[in-house]
Amino acid sequence: MEMRVKVGIVSCSGEERPEGTVCRMACRRLLEQTTDKTVTICLPLFIAGGREERTFASKYPTITVDGCEKRCAARATETLSAKPRMTLLIPEILRKRGLAVPRTHRNYGPEEEPVIRAVIEELAGAVDEVLAKA
Amino acid sequence: MDKTGKVVILPCSGIGKPTGALAREIAYELAERARPEKTAMTCLPLLVIGDTDALKLVRENPVITIDGCALECARKSLEAAGAKPALTCQSVKFFLAHKELKPEGVAQLNEAGRKLAGLAADELAATVDRLANGEDA
Repeated sequence: MEMRVKVGIVSCSGEERPEGTVCRMACRRLLEQTTDKTVTICLPLFIAGGREERTFASKYPTITVDGCEKRCAARATETLSAKPRMTLLIPEILRKRGLAVPRTHRNYGPEEEPVIRAVIEELAGAVDEVLAKA
Repeated sequence: MDKTGKVVILPCSGIGKPTGALAREIAYELAERARPEKTAMTCLPLLVIGDTDALKLVRENPVITIDGCALECARKSLEAAGAKPALTCQSVKFFLAHKELKPEGVAQLNEAGRKLAGLAADELAATVDRLANGEDA
């Protein structure tokens, strides 16, 4: 039976910043749309989980998505699991597309939708790029 | 924002379950609506990477962890950072106490989940008051 490669998505989820909410929402929605191509892990499981969780980035070519320059997802993935295949940064994506960072942490609606869609599009493109090279 | 002397609310970063989304929403309800003047939040992933400011915050202030599942990432990450939670709770316990409000949705919680988060925050507010006064949880 052919085993299909899936891409691992690691989101920063930063609770303190709206960019973290953007990260989390975009990653989650992409995951729901592409269950045949993607999997995820809760970032803190690299510490709180067991061996299975820490081998995540070795098992899957991984894309990290971060909400700020501290790049927690990229750094934690590389340090505690394995080097990610690609790293995305929300401020860079929004800057490239001329979009502003949402001002709130929650209850996103039509006003924030263009931001979420932009990140989903960038992430979907990154997933296809990684799969093409896998 | 100066976070000195605040009670730190630390939800899990759950991206896989509605109870993870509920944990996050409870934290925002507590920190933005119920007790904004007495609470502060930090990103849990900052503890995972050992960020100096985040470590100082959780080591020098009382922390309430709110986890979305039995793996308890928030509690374990806090303890791995060398701090002890003043109170640990799992978001599911609030659902068990209010079964008519079933949280659904991970990217965004449904209305029942948001209402449940508000109730949970109101229940936790008394604990925040005690901790802010230097009392035990």
